[in-house]
Amino acid sequence: MLLIRRFEEEAARAYAQGKIGGFLHLYIGQEAIAVGADAALHKDDYVFQTYRDHGTAIARGMTARAAMAELYGKDTGCSRGLGGSMHFFDVENNFLGGYGVVGGHVAVAAGAAFKAKYRKEDRVAVCFFGEGATNIGGFHEGASLAGLWKLPLVLICENNTYAMGTPFHRTSPSDTITSKAAGYGMAHDRFEGGDVEEVQTRIAAAAARAREGGGPTLIEIMTYRFRGHSMSDPGKYRSREELEERKKHDSVHLYRERLLKVGVAENEIKALEKSVEDEVMDAVQFAEQSEPAKTETMYNSIYAP
Amino acid sequence: MRRAKRASKNRNHVQQYLRPVVAMKTLRYREALREAMIEEMERDDSIVLMGEEVGHYQGAYKVTEGMLDKFGDTRIIDTPIAEAGFAGIGVGAAMTGLRPIIEFMTWNFAFVAFDQIVQNAAKIYQMSAGAIKVPIVFRGPNGAARQVSSQHSHACEPFYANVPGLWVCAPSTPADAKGLMKTAIRDNNPVVFLEGETLYGVKGEVPEEEVLIPFGKARIAREGSDLTIVTWGRPYYEVMQAADKLAEEGIECEVIDPRTLRPLDHESIVESVRKTNRCIVVHEHWPYAGPGAEIVDRVQREAFDDLDAPVLRVASLDLPMPYATNLENLVLPDVDRIIEAAHKVTYKA
Repeated sequence: MLLIRRFEEEAARAYAQGKIGGFLHLYIGQEAIAVGADAALHKDDYVFQTYRDHGTAIARGMTARAAMAELYGKDTGCSRGLGGSMHFFDVENNFLGGYGVVGGHVAVAAGAAFKAKYRKEDRVAVCFFGEGATNIGGFHEGASLAGLWKLPLVLICENNTYAMGTPFHRTSPSDTITSKAAGYGMAHDRFEGGDVEEVQTRIAAAAARAREGGGPTLIEIMTYRFRGHSMSDPGKYRSREELEERKKHDSVHLYRERLLKVGVAENEIKALEKSVEDEVMDAVQFAEQSEPAKTETMYNSIYAP
Repeated sequence: MRRAKRASKNRNHVQQYLRPVVAMKTLRYREALREAMIEEMERDDSIVLMGEEVGHYQGAYKVTEGMLDKFGDTRIIDTPIAEAGFAGIGVGAAMTGLRPIIEFMTWNFAFVAFDQIVQNAAKIYQMSAGAIKVPIVFRGPNGAARQVSSQHSHACEPFYANVPGLWVCAPSTPADAKGLMKTAIRDNNPVVFLEGETLYGVKGEVPEEEVLIPFGKARIAREGSDLTIVTWGRPYYEVMQAADKLAEEGIECEVIDPRTLRPLDHESIVESVRKTNRCIVVHEHWPYAGPGAEIVDRVQREAFDDLDAPVLRVASLDLPMPYATNLENLVLPDVDRIIEAAHKVTYKA
């Protein structure tokens, strides 16, 4: 969680300095979900995410170096400078992409689950998306087919309350996302996402159900992003009071408190914090010193041999 | 009634342009497609076929007839009416090691799956810097049928031929349908396979032995010295009929069928134009932009000094397809309009 937090804070700085281009959608505030989910999954499970993908990719095992170099548009980046912030890919860790058109990737993730079922593999596909994505056709059709065919799929809605700048109550005809699950004949679960261990336990239950042939689960995890939708968004559609209130429930901070409470020494935590900061600074240095994206990569990755 | 007569006349003139070669058998276009899919599915169990009514109903156009009995419902998969959903599932399955064939009941319905085909299938290989392949075939009938009006009559090649990351096939004959389908299934990239909706019943000679037709290699359907006509898919048969009539007037047409629109065999087209010095492109898609315009652009750039006349196009009219049969006949490219264009470029008008 801390690595994701520090990584993104550094990415925001680099963006402000003009070293990173395009869009930059930060995950800050939602870290417990990516980390809890990864702890609940096997290494060979497939994971799909929207364009807010840094946290999930790092939780899956992508190095800070590969992630930062991608933001810098370098050849050493996880997508060799072709994907950028919104399209991280890490096949080795079965992280099958960040997708810019949200919802469509729900059907794609269902396809990975279809393959796992067809090959009788002990594997699930997990698809993350925001509450805003649940209004698009791709979400509906992917969920509908996954329910119909009992695919080993776990759908994780990170309900961070705002679809870009529009609050949930103005985009959704229902009070919860999970109320949609009945229409897809799938199990559902809904909870606050501040506790990383609770996230792990509850996603593990859904993954186990999927592995046992019980079909997909729609999980809605209530969360909050501390930054705007993207770097260009100051987030003026929400009050300072609301933001401050939510920051009191910062999972990174709360987990630190918890570690102290269970007897982890302060200096041990500080050593961890230092090593995370070093890792992020190393990633920045690596990204800055790496070779720019190569023209031959661009030409060679239009069609597969 | 007039429509029926025209259809039967059409079938007759269709047959005479499919010349037998050695070790051939006669198949209908739909049977050639089916045979290609069956042969490939027998060879490779990573191939699954998915779409509306492909299984129990035996295929809306009977292309998949009998395939459910042969392969069972784990490989021949009926889907609900959810093009975006099952196209996306195909993409995800392809990314993780299967080789899905996605049947759209018609390419007209694939517009709702456009996001999956263009934004996902075509781009994932590039976005992942070549780490993830998407070997998938999207197939189904393309273009106008008879009197099905505007929402069922799109000739879709411009939409897909525009997209780097996709291959686009548009076979005219049963032999090409089979050979290109086999290549499409084995290719490691997403392939948009446009079948002529009115060609399914067309019979033709198909080689007995296995033939994989390479992408980007045009077929010279007829040799001639006076005029090059480039065409593919359904209007191919109108072009061949027009070429016969023009021959009676002493105008010998060279007919080139590119077979795939991406990659497009510009070399064969330009080489032919250098010989004939004149060119017409005949296609069913709308005239505004698209492969037809692309071919004209290449010909004028690469064979400018060899041209004795401007390159002309005969396309569907620039409007949504009407229902009434008399109007529909006006919209689609026909023999008379092809002959008229040939007269113009040979200055015999």
